[in-house]
Amino acid sequence: MHELAVCQDIITQVEQLAIEHKAKAIHSINLEIGPLSGVEAALLKAAFPIASAGTVAENAQLEITAIAVTVNCNICHKQSQAAANKLICEHCGSWQTRLVTGDEMVLKRIEMDT
Amino acid sequence: MCETCGCNITPGNKDTESGKAAVEVLHSLLHENDHQAAHNRQHFDQHQTLAINLMSSPGSGKTALLEHTIDKLGDQLNIAVIEGDLETENDANRIRDKGAPAVQITTGSACHLDAHMVHDGLHQLELDGVDILFIENVGNLVCPASFDLGHHKNVTLLSSTEGDDKPSKYPVMFRAADLMLITKADLLEVLDDFDTDKATENFRQLAKQDPVLTVSSKKGSGMDEWINWLKSSLTDYREKLAAGKTQQPAIQSDGAAMHSHDHAHHSHGHAHVHSHES
Ligand SMILES: Nc1nc2c(ncn2[C@@H]2O[C@H](COP(=O)(O)OP(=O)(O)O)[C@@H](O)[C@H]2O)c(=O)[nH]1
Ligand SMILES: [Mg+2]
Ligand SMILES: [Zn+2]
Ligand SMILES: [Zn+2]
Repeated sequence: MHELAVCQDIITQVEQLAIEHKAKAIHSINLEIGPLSGVEAALLKAAFPIASAGTVAENAQLEITAIAVTVNCNICHKQSQAAANKLICEHCGSWQTRLVTGDEMVLKRIEMDT
Repeated sequence: MCETCGCNITPGNKDTESGKAAVEVLHSLLHENDHQAAHNRQHFDQHQTLAINLMSSPGSGKTALLEHTIDKLGDQLNIAVIEGDLETENDANRIRDKGAPAVQITTGSACHLDAHMVHDGLHQLELDGVDILFIENVGNLVCPASFDLGHHKNVTLLSSTEGDDKPSKYPVMFRAADLMLITKADLLEVLDDFDTDKATENFRQLAKQDPVLTVSSKKGSGMDEWINWLKSSLTDYREKLAAGKTQQPAIQSDGAAMHSHDHAHHSHGHAHVHSHES
């Protein structure tokens, strides 16, 4: 369970931003997470109250946008959706693809009360 | 401006009326870790030490591989080890018995190493003259894959006793591998349910073109290929250093990609920075 460690990293960043912007409280935290990031959204949500307790983000809403897996084919150069453990081109069947989206673990935006 | 690395955060649309401000951040969730990892990488690069992160399930043979590797390569190259595996407490002693310096890092109950732990370990280790530093990660096929330690290559071990479907079950871990190493090859003949071709195919289905090698630390089979991979990785790495570059594992998390030496990528957001060559 490394999601607690991930949450603690998020909180450190958010606290820093709150100081820079002289925020009184963090209102919402928006993340983008893809299945190939290795971070589970549900576990992140469960860990968040523990990591945020007593911080400026204590009452923040954690919003997570799930990103789908898409690949671009090195052979036929078309794009397709794929399963996380089968990054195969759905047009020509090649495994020689490149991940376009699906490994995001991004702190996208935060809203704060100033 | 991000205070630590100077990367760009858009100033935010401040709505003074309501007293609310929104800030677009576009940072990795592991921003703090990634900064420490970049710092560790500088340590390694100053000493021209190739750092290799070994990951696997518990008991897949990481320490046994290191013992055998030191036996075979120890008189040609200087090898050192950072031990982070909790499974067997005497892993560091097993390495020292082979004549290589080893630091045991205390991970507490952590299920993965992070860049800060490795940094602490580095300060107990003399890197001068070390050609290859192995970092033996915690035996776990999930968590270690998400944390950049500042290393240059990932090696993921898959032992023949585990099942050839592991790459499909743990795609994040196996996608991170610059080399998949099938271990305990001596047991393949008695295990009828592990097919190395099937394991390789499951690995390829993760869009992995990287090499797959099969070794036995017990019988020594496949060791020459493994040693060759290490030597050519070291040569490649030092050529990159000579050209003023560094190296990162081929597939890195979004965050690590964002914090590659080229900070300019920040302005494009994350969509363009997947698995680019560094
Ligand atoms: N048969 C066989 N057993 C091995 C081999 N490599 C390691 N082992 C055994 O697997 C167990 C775990 O090995 P270890 O190196 O401690 O695994 P680690 O937890 O990944 O460091 C030990 O009992 C080893 O003796 C091998 O190549 N063949
Ligand atoms: Mg071990
Ligand atoms: Zn195709
Ligand atoms: Zn930054």
